[in-house]
Amino acid sequence: MKLKRDIVGLVVIAIIGLVVMFGAPHVLQLFTIINLTTAIGLALLALSLGLVWGYGGILCFGQTAFFGMGAYAYAICAQNFGQTSGAVIIAIGAGATFAAMLGYFMFFGRISEVYLGVITLTVTLILFNLLRRTSGPEYKIGSALLGGFNGTNAPPLQVPWDAQLMLFPQQLFYVSMGALLLCYFGCVWLIRSQFGQVCVAIRENEVRAELLGYDARLYKLGLFSIGGGIAAVGGVLVANGIGRVTPDLFNLTYAAQAIIWVIVGGRGTLLGPVLGAFGVFWLTSWLGTQSYFNSNMVLGLVLILFVLLLPRGLVPAIGSIAKVSQQRTVSRRDRMRSRRRVARFETSGATDAT
Amino acid sequence: MDFLAALILQFAYGIANLALVGLGLAIIFGMMRVINLAHGEFLMLGGYTVVVATNLGINIWIAMLILAPLVVGAIGVVVERVLIRFLYGRVVDTLLATWGLSLFLIGAVTAIFGPQTATTISAPIGPIAVGDYGTSGYELFLIVLTVALFSGVFAILRYTKLGLLARGTMQRSDMAAVLGVSTSQVYMATFGLGSAIAGLAGGVLAPITGVVPTIGATYIAKAFITVISGGTAILAGTASAAGLLGAMNSIVTYLTGPTLGEVALLGAAIVLLRVMPSGITGRFFRKSL
Amino acid sequence: MRREVVVETRDLSMRFGGVSANENVNFRLFAGELRCLIGPNGAGKSTFFKCLTGQLKPSAGQVVIRDVETTGFDPHQIAQLGVGIKTQIPNVFDGLTVEENVWLACRRWNDARRARVICAQTLERVKLGDLRTRAVGALAHGQRQWVELAMVIAADPWLVLLDEPAAGMTDEETRFTAELIREINRTASLIIVEHDMNFIRAIAKKVTVFYRGSILIEDTMDAISADPVVRDVYLGHKH
Repeated sequence: MKLKRDIVGLVVIAIIGLVVMFGAPHVLQLFTIINLTTAIGLALLALSLGLVWGYGGILCFGQTAFFGMGAYAYAICAQNFGQTSGAVIIAIGAGATFAAMLGYFMFFGRISEVYLGVITLTVTLILFNLLRRTSGPEYKIGSALLGGFNGTNAPPLQVPWDAQLMLFPQQLFYVSMGALLLCYFGCVWLIRSQFGQVCVAIRENEVRAELLGYDARLYKLGLFSIGGGIAAVGGVLVANGIGRVTPDLFNLTYAAQAIIWVIVGGRGTLLGPVLGAFGVFWLTSWLGTQSYFNSNMVLGLVLILFVLLLPRGLVPAIGSIAKVSQQRTVSRRDRMRSRRRVARFETSGATDAT
Repeated sequence: MDFLAALILQFAYGIANLALVGLGLAIIFGMMRVINLAHGEFLMLGGYTVVVATNLGINIWIAMLILAPLVVGAIGVVVERVLIRFLYGRVVDTLLATWGLSLFLIGAVTAIFGPQTATTISAPIGPIAVGDYGTSGYELFLIVLTVALFSGVFAILRYTKLGLLARGTMQRSDMAAVLGVSTSQVYMATFGLGSAIAGLAGGVLAPITGVVPTIGATYIAKAFITVISGGTAILAGTASAAGLLGAMNSIVTYLTGPTLGEVALLGAAIVLLRVMPSGITGRFFRKSL
Repeated sequence: MRREVVVETRDLSMRFGGVSANENVNFRLFAGELRCLIGPNGAGKSTFFKCLTGQLKPSAGQVVIRDVETTGFDPHQIAQLGVGIKTQIPNVFDGLTVEENVWLACRRWNDARRARVICAQTLERVKLGDLRTRAVGALAHGQRQWVELAMVIAADPWLVLLDEPAAGMTDEETRFTAELIREINRTASLIIVEHDMNFIRAIAKKVTVFYRGSILIEDTMDAISADPVVRDVYLGHKH
């Protein structure tokens, strides 16, 4: 029963996703489409953290480290190779590998949850500080200048089979949306696999998972690496959306926003963080256009209010409202049925079975 | 010889800086297991208090040593009553809520004062000559202040009734409550004290670092790392972590420059946490304050 | 015929700082045995238990399980040797249903189809069939203990280590648990840490009494109950 409902939900999401993917470029302005590509990149960052933290229980404050790493790896490789397809693959590999190395260090060291958050935050800050000071001409990889706090240029994605052809904004949007859908459903599949189920079990009770014979460290490492790869994909898309990669991708604001998306959208869902990212992106863009409210103030208040009032996020809250109303319908249906049953019973004149 | 003295002073200052910046956070973390991610902003508010006060003509020493801690301490008490109080025991939620608070404070200060400060203040003590080398007299003052602050907090915790109550609550809050201690008041006072010290630190560092709404970000990472690496013993932890990490930072900075120095500091912290996951005082000096 | 030794500790010691929780414990369990570990509070039973399960790394000495030296092993490595473990505080997946909990235990060692079969069988055995779709976090304490027991049984272990399986249970629940344990004993060896004397009497043949970190005496339940030294130890008289 539950599985059927889940499949219906997933099909609905797929249909909506495809409609948006192919329909949006015809309906929205070019500028909005380009902005949406950046938003999609951020949504992928949110998805990766929703997977790693929401499902895996790994409190990573520095998911931006892999996000930014993917962006920088893409930009540098694309500048050096002259073609972008290889750069994309290397970027994803860089994100996943870096996550694997950091993960090995943290999980096999059995570092506790809170300290995990600290270390990951520290790592993204290290990268931020390091890259900001690479302004001089001596800081370069291959032919790509790192550029310090101004960052470096991100060559636009090319058509994979022809390095001369670059993707137009609409085509870039198709690719981005396609990547988002692919990663989303990939994560859905992963969660339902045995690997995913064990990760959830580890989140619920690591001691018991280990006593069942599962090596929690390996599962966490695997999930964390996959999350790093997905975040890197987001980085590649944001690099394309903005056109440049800067150290700001590693900074506290983005790191905080990633956490906010997951909190607002909901821990324990994959759709929630994605929607949360789009929502907050729209909110900050709108806030940026007016000077009444300072965006940091609003973001901070949103975070505080959600932690205090809706600690599980929006999507689960909406879900539980739906469940309550469904239960009310069910119980009303049951009451109607039992009334009819009693009526039939009485009219048939049957006696009670003792 | 003079060069060595000047160098040692530099190193000592580096350590004192970390210790000073981290102490407020350490008090709150050590006593209440609350990690206040808005700590950097409390430092920032201390700096702003000093700037505003001096602009109004108040003597800089009073502004730094009395006004800043009072103002930020009061803000801390308000924050504890309005926000932190509801999140005790929820470590992750406290982290997130204080992060939200940090964003909020940055936004609020930017909205009120604008993204840059109107004036900067100069250090009230000028350079001092140490033989052939000039060194910052103000840095010397800061070293002395840090030592005095640590001694003061130690004295309070060790020798006063308030300190004893606080330590008891910190170790076994349920027992303290049974004995009639109002744990909520102790927490409020502790958070207030930690905030006040943060305000003091931010105030005295204002002449050196400058005061902008985002200055908190440069403090928080180092404070965080110092406190976590130190472990739960407030004074011993902060002092030992500041000593180790600060020394690492200073040495590498002297050899290669500030960029790698900072990387070395952060890298050393990671290694430290890997080797001693509960911080330095999780393994050594465990019974100390 | 000599029965094989399946669990052995040699000079096992566990120290926390200055406190010695276990000192030079030499313990042996034979195949097919059901041994209870008893003793007053602070005697070191649970610490000893945790050294066996890998939750603690002994300060000195060795643990040998069926000729494999497991001193310092992680819990998952011990579990992979075929050992089923139930901890003092029930460690179960509160957010998952009873069925999901037991299924995860089954799935570890069996493919998906076989796991479903074993899962259903285990739920019936532990009489939790009606509760299969309830979230474990919402169950009563006794039922949660049974869920954990079911997860242990589901893996068909040859050695079962239980820490206070009857804690917080009613008399009737305790009786059922004793029955379950006797059934488990037909195919597995057991070490059980317990406080409930009636429960122990119902299941145990040989009992090991811990006192102050070491083994005081090992004998049948009847002999232990009559021993004046054991009685003194429980009443708190120094020995």
